[in-house]
Amino acid sequence: MSIDAKTVAKIAHLARLKIPAEEQPQLAGELNKILDWIAQLDEVDTAGFEPLASVNDAFLRGREDVVNDGGKPADILANAPTSRADFFAVPKVIE
Amino acid sequence: MSLTDLSMAEALTGLAAKKFSAAELAEAHIKAMGKAQALNAFITETSELALKQAKESDARRAKTSAGAMDGIPIAVKDLFCTKGVRTTAASHILDNFVPAYESTVTQKLFDAGCVMLGKTNLDEFAMGSSDITSHFGPVISPWSGADPAGAKRKLVPGGSSGGSAVAVAARLAIAATGTDTGGSIRQPASFTGIVGMKPTYGRCSRWGIVAFASSLDQAGPMTRTVGDAALMLRVISGFDEKDSTSVDQPVPDFTSAIGASIKGLKIGIPREYRMDGMPPEIEALWQKGAAMLREAGAEIIEISLPHTKYSLAVYYIIAPAEASSNLARYDGVRYGRRVAGGNLIEMYENTRGQGFGKEVQRRILIGTYALSAGYYDAYYLKAQKVRRCVRNDFNEAFKKCDAILTPTAPSTAFAIGEKQDDPIQMYLNDVFTVPVNLAGLPGISVPAGLGADGLPLGLQLIGRAFDEMTLFKAASALEKAAGFNHKPPFTG
Repeated sequence: MSIDAKTVAKIAHLARLKIPAEEQPQLAGELNKILDWIAQLDEVDTAGFEPLASVNDAFLRGREDVVNDGGKPADILANAPTSRADFFAVPKVIE
Repeated sequence: MSLTDLSMAEALTGLAAKKFSAAELAEAHIKAMGKAQALNAFITETSELALKQAKESDARRAKTSAGAMDGIPIAVKDLFCTKGVRTTAASHILDNFVPAYESTVTQKLFDAGCVMLGKTNLDEFAMGSSDITSHFGPVISPWSGADPAGAKRKLVPGGSSGGSAVAVAARLAIAATGTDTGGSIRQPASFTGIVGMKPTYGRCSRWGIVAFASSLDQAGPMTRTVGDAALMLRVISGFDEKDSTSVDQPVPDFTSAIGASIKGLKIGIPREYRMDGMPPEIEALWQKGAAMLREAGAEIIEISLPHTKYSLAVYYIIAPAEASSNLARYDGVRYGRRVAGGNLIEMYENTRGQGFGKEVQRRILIGTYALSAGYYDAYYLKAQKVRRCVRNDFNEAFKKCDAILTPTAPSTAFAIGEKQDDPIQMYLNDVFTVPVNLAGLPGISVPAGLGADGLPLGLQLIGRAFDEMTLFKAASALEKAAGFNHKPPFTG
């Protein structure tokens, strides 16, 4: 499983990161080095072991499905790069 | 004794006896911060807020209603959201972000009467072991020399809570908050000669802390004594319904563990932590630490943690995978920096391409790859299975012992510019601390001695989940026996 510049471009797009084309080959080398090192995990026999996603084995605690906060559009928009009325504003998405 | 040299316990005694006021204590630390600008420990200084809070503390105390940390000047890692005070995570993408809310941990500190001196520098999004990846420039350790900025080798403070470690070591703050995902409290504590405590996962609320890897992140105290860490942990612990992973467990008075007998306590020494190429001085200090605990009445036994060598590889899949998901929120829409693009997707890509630094981008890419179709089982699920093996190792070990003693880091502090060419060399800094996060256990680094280069070295104690009491008992005994009283060559 080796990563080339084309794969870097693909992952970068999945992650919504603009990586200039001239940086992709070097990055591919760095990522491969890290993944080669991680491949040591293949030595471990994990047959019969369930994946551990969280150390709190109990299910995630729920809460009452009620509105317990809100009504503060000014706070929520305070850090928005652009907003109009009570909405976040983004570049046009419908042609 | 100078006001900036006091431990938290000493400062609280002095405040109670009216030997000095909280305002005087704050002013002494603000003055020290002014002298220590070259260390770059703070991203944002909040001197005015500190003086206002200090005066309020004095007023409270005059009415005899002082909180557990009333009037104590602290530094806060710039990863904790603070209402009305810029919170950057040391990233360009958040360099203009001013939260409209307070993190649970900082709220608890303010409720206890703390005075905030400022927000400390860190590795960008807490991803690093050196503090060199900050958008705001590297932090310099006060151990670099009497003139740290002019030193030939400018030493790193460790990371990611390096600014907090430096603030405490250089006497700019009495205590500081840190966060620890793979060693980010304990390793900088070891590098700077202070105490750093990572509590059990779920002990402190993560609400309002900028998320890195949610299944591993924990907040904790950074102080100059074990007793101060115990006091501060009690203040910041506790169940919080706003964090779904917060655990509803009673919070004992950890300070009652300080100075308690460790007679009969079983301390495990994991044979797998004797790594190839480990510097002899680290091995020697480790053995000395074990001897000190034996002298204090503990029983030392050898234990085995067979999956130790795989912990770092597990971590470097799980942490980036969780980070790639957590950092998806920085899209230039709701907060943070935006860089324009021809359409919405280009705007996202430009914003994130320019807003995140190189190491953060590298980890997002690794995480995205590990979670992508076709590689999920091979990388992410495999790592989670080995994570269970690592935790099972600890479960087995704790059938035989009550706490585990290891070195905190594989070396003393290195210099800015060293270990930077190869990310894996940098990752190895956390070889002894990462397994503790994978298993969700509490760990504490106690300064135990100096290396041949005259730089501090810490020893780590690891405890059972939610048994910080035993950990503080052992750490207090180790602190007493080691008698570490070295100050860095530069203080503020």
